[in-house]
Amino acid sequence: MADSVSQPKSFQEILMRLQAYWGARGCAVLQPYDMEVGAGTFHPGTTLRSLGSRPWAAAYVQPSRRPTDGRYGENPNRLQHYYQYQVLIKPSPPDLQALYLGSLEAIGIDMDLHDIRFVEDDWESPTLGAWGLGWEVWCDGMEVSQFTYFQQVGGHDCRPVSGELTYGLERLAMYVLGIDHVMDMPFNDPSSPTPLKYGDVFRQTEQEYSRWNFDQADTAMLLQHFVDAEAECERILSAPAEDAAGRRIVMAHPAYDQCIKASHLFNLLDARGVISVTERQAYIGRVRALAKKCADAFVTTEAGGAMDAAEEAGAGA
Amino acid sequence: MPDLLIELFSEEIPARMQARARADLQKLITDGLVEAGLTYASAGASSTPRRLTLAVEGLSAESPTLREERKGPKADAPEKAIEGFLRSTGLTRDQLVEREDKKGTVLYATIERPGRPAPQIVAEVLERTIRNFPWPKSMRWGAGSLRWVRPLHSILCILTTEAGAEVVPLNVDGIASGDTTRGHRFMAPDAFAVTSFDDYAAKLRAAKVMLDPAERAEHIWNDATNRAFAQGLEVVEDKGLLEEVAGLVEWPVVLMGKIGEDFLGLPPEVLQTSMKEHQKFFSVRNPATGRIEGFVTVANRETADDGATILAGNLKVLAARLSDARFFWENDLRTVKSEGMEGMAAGLSDVTFHNKLGSQADRIARIAALAHEIAPIVGAAPDLATEAARVAKADLQSEMVGEFPELQGTMGGYYARAEGLPEAVAAACKAHYQPLGPSDDAPTEPVSVAVALADKLDTLTGFWAIDEKPTGSKDPFALRRAALGVIRLVLGNGVRLDFSEVLFRGIQQSPAQSFHERTDDGSLSPEERADKNHHAKAADLLAFFHDRLKVHLRDQGIRHDVIDACLAMPGNDDLTLLVKRAEALAATLATEDGANLIQGFKRANNILTQAEEKDGVEYSFGAEAKFAEGPEETALFAALDRADATIAPAMKAEDFPAAMAAMAALRAPIDAFFEAVQINTDNQVVRRNRLNLLSRIRTTCLQVADLTRLEG
Repeated sequence: MADSVSQPKSFQEILMRLQAYWGARGCAVLQPYDMEVGAGTFHPGTTLRSLGSRPWAAAYVQPSRRPTDGRYGENPNRLQHYYQYQVLIKPSPPDLQALYLGSLEAIGIDMDLHDIRFVEDDWESPTLGAWGLGWEVWCDGMEVSQFTYFQQVGGHDCRPVSGELTYGLERLAMYVLGIDHVMDMPFNDPSSPTPLKYGDVFRQTEQEYSRWNFDQADTAMLLQHFVDAEAECERILSAPAEDAAGRRIVMAHPAYDQCIKASHLFNLLDARGVISVTERQAYIGRVRALAKKCADAFVTTEAGGAMDAAEEAGAGA
Repeated sequence: MPDLLIELFSEEIPARMQARARADLQKLITDGLVEAGLTYASAGASSTPRRLTLAVEGLSAESPTLREERKGPKADAPEKAIEGFLRSTGLTRDQLVEREDKKGTVLYATIERPGRPAPQIVAEVLERTIRNFPWPKSMRWGAGSLRWVRPLHSILCILTTEAGAEVVPLNVDGIASGDTTRGHRFMAPDAFAVTSFDDYAAKLRAAKVMLDPAERAEHIWNDATNRAFAQGLEVVEDKGLLEEVAGLVEWPVVLMGKIGEDFLGLPPEVLQTSMKEHQKFFSVRNPATGRIEGFVTVANRETADDGATILAGNLKVLAARLSDARFFWENDLRTVKSEGMEGMAAGLSDVTFHNKLGSQADRIARIAALAHEIAPIVGAAPDLATEAARVAKADLQSEMVGEFPELQGTMGGYYARAEGLPEAVAAACKAHYQPLGPSDDAPTEPVSVAVALADKLDTLTGFWAIDEKPTGSKDPFALRRAALGVIRLVLGNGVRLDFSEVLFRGIQQSPAQSFHERTDDGSLSPEERADKNHHAKAADLLAFFHDRLKVHLRDQGIRHDVIDACLAMPGNDDLTLLVKRAEALAATLATEDGANLIQGFKRANNILTQAEEKDGVEYSFGAEAKFAEGPEETALFAALDRADATIAPAMKAEDFPAAMAAMAALRAPIDAFFEAVQINTDNQVVRRNRLNLLSRIRTTCLQVADLTRLEG
């Protein structure tokens, strides 16, 4: 663990150390999902794969968009686009806390000097129909991760239970690197020929998206897209399980893409301030209904453990 | 007598659940042991974030053997009946005894339940306790189905005698019991074995775990106050926070820091709330200035740099949090300066208060109108009361209250002052929510009183109008608290409010639309029907107030029958008057004359009632002094004249103590009268006159309160 003692020099080094750490501990290092999502949890590698009986272990970085958090790149901590690092292991291993603490050491947090605490924080995602129990992890009073044992996703009980870790990468990296404003954080090695700061990469995009999110996004179009995504999701799921050639192919993932879309469109509409307090709940309910249907579909597929369940039933009979 | 030690070692237990879990563990285990026939001398539970521990001293080594005799069928009963009895007792035919009774020979079985060793019982009780533990929220983990608050890692369960310690064997879903535990997660993570509770507690301390939560809290508080004192500062007391923080650490280390100069201009409530809610910091105050200047945070470990890194990290997080708070504060001040509080409140028309009761803005308009009406009654300027009601909830739209809902009202006060609104208006922002609970003072400033009353009355009449009344333990809109708030406001300020009228109009003006009339015979117009319905609801709400009032007065030591005696009198919808009457009556009953007068009154009333029933007439007037025989009777006439001369005007002036004193003064003449005089004499004229005299006693006394409702 010699490398864990050295201090990382840049944002990307922290990210790469997490990739190496979790990769070495048996996780499949996935790539970000290629759609706009509000959090790493939305990646089907978490939402869908936390369902059913099949073991799973994955780690990935996920760019996440929260339009309402945009501050034109001026706030030291708030961004409308940021990175989450996500780990999901099913079933949750008994030493998950120790594994997690090892990851903090790997990115240069010296356990002998810092105060790490597990503070109650129950997680709930009304849009995904999901909840779990766990903690927010504090390092010297700062929340550096969410640690959750999934109990339910898409309305389905999680059996076995997945352990989920979510790191807010910018905040964690700023802490490790001793940076006060996110835009000042070295993105790559400061001694490289072309040193880049986080601001060099993202200040302009934060400004552009903040303006678009808050002032310019075409709300009529977004509303229409929401309705379209919802309808397409339902349509995909209502197609017969067998295709024209008689192959059984349940299209859980394409349907779930539409659910993700609807969720992000809702976030954009929310940032534009066109959703009233009463409508809010109704929109969230509509997305949740889609998420549940996708979960229902996924658990009938092979990856969703349907075949294992059938085998088990067959063996028992 | 062995001692039992149990430790359930898990991942971090939420701080707020630990106290209850300690009590539950102790109760479930000790109850289970006792139920199984064991006895014990004492028991005590402890907890840290990672463990729940129970120590039971002086446990019996085994449960006693129990013998039970059971009566069976007759000896000559059919084979099947006897077989059934044998099966149910587990005995054979030759083990039964025969005994004669009236009906013949009957079979008896003596079933012996041998005592069981303590380890067997402990294992059963502990497993049952683990499987059925009443966590407020529990979870599964991994591939198992066991539920615990967070993953359960190990079970320590030993019985210790002079001969040594022995593990009580049990296995709960793959977790086998043992005699080992672990120390502090970072400072002493290795496992170690223990042989007794004392050994356990001592080894834990050496492994940087302070087991007793009370000791941790005390350590934190002492250390924090000492450090603050050394710098001429004081820690703001917060028992809830102290308990929570003690539940977050196994090895508390107190660190103190200063708040950056840039943030000292924030209101102290903002500093305190932000530090407490986000970081679980205690606030440190400068007693000379009253300002919050520092904080205390509690780390869970010692470090080589004496906490310097930890403190620096915490300071950084605090600065980020307070920057946010200052951002909200400055934005809110800007809004108030450009648009005023009413501008800030504008968005409340989009905020639903309740789907049947309209928006917050609708509600504010109703409260403003009612406050305007109540103002003269409580001595407030009506226009000020209206203004205060209009701005009192404006801060619900402020950024600061959006972030810290518990600062509602407090922030409004700051913003109203920043806008330059009158002090009475600013003060009402916070005060109109009060009293918030039994320990919170009710406001006394007239404008605050007017708005506070209007706010609570609007809530109550609104929910009564839509039939959302509290039932049993369910009171989601805190209506009992609102009613008690009204009662305390009214009584504390001597407010004379015509409740029947106020409640009726509140219900009538509520935006609720649908009315369900149960006894609709079609003879009423829709308006009359609605009117009748509103009156019925107002009467029901008044009865609710009377119930809350009884509870309130009972807590103050006034008997419920005293209140009933006063409730039966006219004007019972004026709660202030009602209570004045009840207090005077209670005070009178506490005097010897008062208590005896009641006996005299009851005697007079009983004799009179019986005579009226028997004679079929009402003796209600015309007692004449000229028929009086003897000095006692004459004296009573004179005393009643005197009493009447005092009581009626005193009642009119609402001087209940004077009226009741005059009534109590009747005690001696009434007692003397009953002592000397026989009511039912043969002389019918004299008898009738005396019955009419008793009627005068009744009439005179009943002016004061309905004494027939008093018990005893």
